[in-house]
Amino acid sequence: MDAQVVTMGVRHIGGDVAVVDIKGEVTAACEPVLMSAYEEAGGPGTSRLVLNFAGLEYMNSGGIGMLVTLLVRANRQRQQLAAYGLSDHYREIFELTRLDEAITIYDDEASALVGAAT
Amino acid sequence: MTEATGPERVRSAEQIELSVREAAAGVVPRNDAGRWAAKVDRLDVVQRDGVRGTNVAGRRLTGPVQGFGKMWQKTYRLAVGTAVTPEQAITTWKAHFPEFWPAGNRFAGALTGISPGDVALLDLAIGGGVKLSTGVFVLYADEESFTLMTPQGHMFAGWITFSAEGGPDGTVVQAQVLMRANDPLYELGMMFGGHRKEDVFWAETLTALGRYLGAPDLAVSTRTVCVDSSRQWRNASNVWHNSMVRSMLQTLAAPVTALRRRRG
Repeated sequence: MDAQVVTMGVRHIGGDVAVVDIKGEVTAACEPVLMSAYEEAGGPGTSRLVLNFAGLEYMNSGGIGMLVTLLVRANRQRQQLAAYGLSDHYREIFELTRLDEAITIYDDEASALVGAAT
Repeated sequence: MTEATGPERVRSAEQIELSVREAAAGVVPRNDAGRWAAKVDRLDVVQRDGVRGTNVAGRRLTGPVQGFGKMWQKTYRLAVGTAVTPEQAITTWKAHFPEFWPAGNRFAGALTGISPGDVALLDLAIGGGVKLSTGVFVLYADEESFTLMTPQGHMFAGWITFSAEGGPDGTVVQAQVLMRANDPLYELGMMFGGHRKEDVFWAETLTALGRYLGAPDLAVSTRTVCVDSSRQWRNASNVWHNSMVRSMLQTLAAPVTALRRRRG
């Protein structure tokens, strides 16, 4: 099987917003990476967590399941979850799985940061 | 609202990286195109022999976000030995999926097996001579896994992923459910025996698959995790679509319905 690599860099913006830049493959196998990134990004001061999928190369159904788990954790902390950078293909997958009803999708980072509808 | 002018700090040095397997030079990126079903808003149904085929047409898909009850992740695993590769195990599972189901339950899928976008019709034995008629949607399928997603009215809102992976002791097949009970009635049912029934169902399914694949030992391991102990009361009205209630009413009304059809 091919090697699988994912990186998730965390940027803190404005004190209460954090962006997680996801690069590579999102599968169930990368759950420890995502949860570590969440630990770093989703501290008590964070009210909004933004996932940047511009570097997403591959995602299977295990990856979607992992995002649901992340959503549960964020909801527990009363944090909003948003996403941007999704290609048309991945945006359709969010819509198909109805994940877009809980994770708001934006066209770009600026909109995602302020929560402006697009 | 936060006015964002730019990142206060970029923590590239603190980026978290995981190489799940050794990164090798020249790795060909994987492509998931064609593995996911195309987007659908509501399900279309092709009637199939041997099942009632009700409670599916026109329904929307439901994931854990749309469900009502506590959220569970249940994982059932069985080692099938070294004679079968993960790809072979999944090919077999896809091709013979209905044959591995416990007796009394029926899965009517496409003749071609399991492909993204297929809708399969189910009749599930719930006791008292009543069959629960519902369906599932093939959300995703590749060489090593496939995932089914449930429609409105199904017992649970979520998906179940069937997969196989290789290891030092051979291939392990797995069924993993990520779900919430779809409405308050189903949640009660899950609390009073439903979870146990589901565990038995998937253990029997894996046992049948393992027997077919020649597994040396048919012991299925089960791991249950409550991912979210809260209930989503905003989704309590899902009960309107409850396929169990509707199946019971359809069973009661069956003689009248048949008479009407005969009269034309």
